[in-house]
Amino acid sequence: MSRPASSHAANLKLRAYAAKRQRQLLTPEGLVLPITVASRSSRAGALLLDLIIIIVGLITFFAVLGVIGFGILGSEGLGRAVGNPVIELIQVLLVMLLFLSRYGYFLYFELGPRAATPGKRLMGIRVAARPVAGETGGRLTAEMVIARNLVRDVEVFIPAFFLLGGGQDAGVAGIAAFVWLMVFVLFPCFNKDSLRAGDLVAGTWVVEAKHAKLQSALSLAPDRRTEYRFGTAELSVYGEHELQVLEGVLRQDNPEALREVADAICRKIGWQLGAGDEREFLETFYAALRGHLESGMRFGKRKADKFA
Amino acid sequence: MALSFFKSPEIAPPPDIEAASLRSDRFRLEREVDWQRLEGIITALEKGRPGRISDEDLLDLPVLYRKATSSLAVARETSLDAATLDYLEALARRAWFQVYGPRITLSGWLRRFLGGGWSAAVRSIWLDICIALAVMVAGTAVGWLLVARDSEWFYALVPGGMSGGRTPGADPSALRESLAPQADAEGLSTFAAYLFSNNSGVAIMAFALGFAFGIPTLLLLVYNMAVLGAMMWVFVDAGLGYEFGAWLAVHGTTELGAILLAGAAGLHVGRTMAFPGNRAIMAAMRDAGVRAAQVMAGCTLMLVIAGLLEGYARQLVGQAEARLAIGVIMLVFWICYFALLRAPAERET
Repeated sequence: MSRPASSHAANLKLRAYAAKRQRQLLTPEGLVLPITVASRSSRAGALLLDLIIIIVGLITFFAVLGVIGFGILGSEGLGRAVGNPVIELIQVLLVMLLFLSRYGYFLYFELGPRAATPGKRLMGIRVAARPVAGETGGRLTAEMVIARNLVRDVEVFIPAFFLLGGGQDAGVAGIAAFVWLMVFVLFPCFNKDSLRAGDLVAGTWVVEAKHAKLQSALSLAPDRRTEYRFGTAELSVYGEHELQVLEGVLRQDNPEALREVADAICRKIGWQLGAGDEREFLETFYAALRGHLESGMRFGKRKADKFA
Repeated sequence: MALSFFKSPEIAPPPDIEAASLRSDRFRLEREVDWQRLEGIITALEKGRPGRISDEDLLDLPVLYRKATSSLAVARETSLDAATLDYLEALARRAWFQVYGPRITLSGWLRRFLGGGWSAAVRSIWLDICIALAVMVAGTAVGWLLVARDSEWFYALVPGGMSGGRTPGADPSALRESLAPQADAEGLSTFAAYLFSNNSGVAIMAFALGFAFGIPTLLLLVYNMAVLGAMMWVFVDAGLGYEFGAWLAVHGTTELGAILLAGAAGLHVGRTMAFPGNRAIMAAMRDAGVRAAQVMAGCTLMLVIAGLLEGYARQLVGQAEARLAIGVIMLVFWICYFALLRAPAERET
């Protein structure tokens, strides 16, 4: 609970960034679903993971193939084997494999039911159809996935080969090409949905796809309303934000944090609490506060936080 | 919750609902079994194992989905339990992605695509195809004229490694040699695969560069065709025009067709960006991008065929007449395929 101030400020900044990425999606049922656009860092991380998977996969595959080749033929046998139909078939398969790893990997995974490559899955993000202003959210179609992945070529692979080939050293033309390619690479940094050029062309975006587990209900604890009685004045000091913080503390169940929070609440409402019954006190206070705020809600009165 | 490797995970019955002191918790406990049933179905769908879903669950899926979405709507107005709201939002989102996910399988999509979807997409970008064709012809003419005026231009246009001795003023017999087929099929499949991978790269680049208003695509087309024009001049100058034409036609009608379509697809996207018409630019671009992507998916297929023709047919068939015949047959086939095949019946995909 007693975090250093700098970490608290960073936390606030993170939360502000998360709030900026919130979008609303109107489903055909008329329900507004909150959607969070994936952060640029998680997308870059996902791409990096995918590239690592592809490269490590290819290297392993070639190493295994090489070992098998040596094992069967021996070192001088390989030289004589040129023109052997089996070797030729393997060569064809290798060229196709390189092609597929560049274009097929992303297509195959994004066309699956999760619409995410392994890298994206690890970062908890997925591809989705981006609703155009005034429309409800649509389906993600195969054509969209194909379009966004074809454009990936100028955004990822060509700049990478260009840099690896030392293209930026080639005088004015090299610099011009470098600037031109950087426009594509940095495109996601200059729009609010962090769309890359491929997303723009295909009508897609990348959103967070977090899974949440159903937590236990909190008001199932034995009723202690007779032991702790909270009046309206005591319940009116806090709002929904404080309630959620309290919920988080109760779910984490860290004795130290429970003690601190219980002390803070008691100072605020002027109570004295014996040692050892913090959890009971907090559970009862939580249930009472939530009941108080929810009954206000039913009458259309909401209290966002203690300052409201 | 039960572990996922059990065939049908048991859903724990809710604890005593009446024990909950809060009204919003009772609301949640009454419905959580349905939510968890939906979650089980969605998880199976996400894992690509719809076979694991029982018939009963499948029949209830639409009802369960609506129940979960309406629970979310109610909970937002009555409950302050952040964990439950988070769970419901994540569940509704996952369910939405599955219920409104792609309804067509990859094989179904392919059948539809080859049975008319591709032709229809190609026909719908006819204007861009005309522009790209004009640019390609102009590029060839430029290459030809430049080299005809001053043969030094040849070295500026054609990269050194690519010419392979086929330079202006080269011995006609050496040029004729370079057009001759190889003695046997050794190594040809590797060559064909390499050609496919290389040409697809060029075609995909032509498409992807269309994003910048189509201008880089046009430059790429002009440059590539200028190389061809320059090469053409060299052979015609040596009196081998007919043989060169036949040599090129075998695969060229398919390969240049694919590059034409790729360039046109790129141009289509770029042109829509510049002139979206009456619609919002985002909506216009999405439609153009989806149409262009269909054309591009077909281009890859054309390039596979071109690679095979280039790797096998050209290297095995020697006579100029036979080569020309193959090229013309392919050209007629593509034109008929794109012009005549009707679009498949409109279906929700």
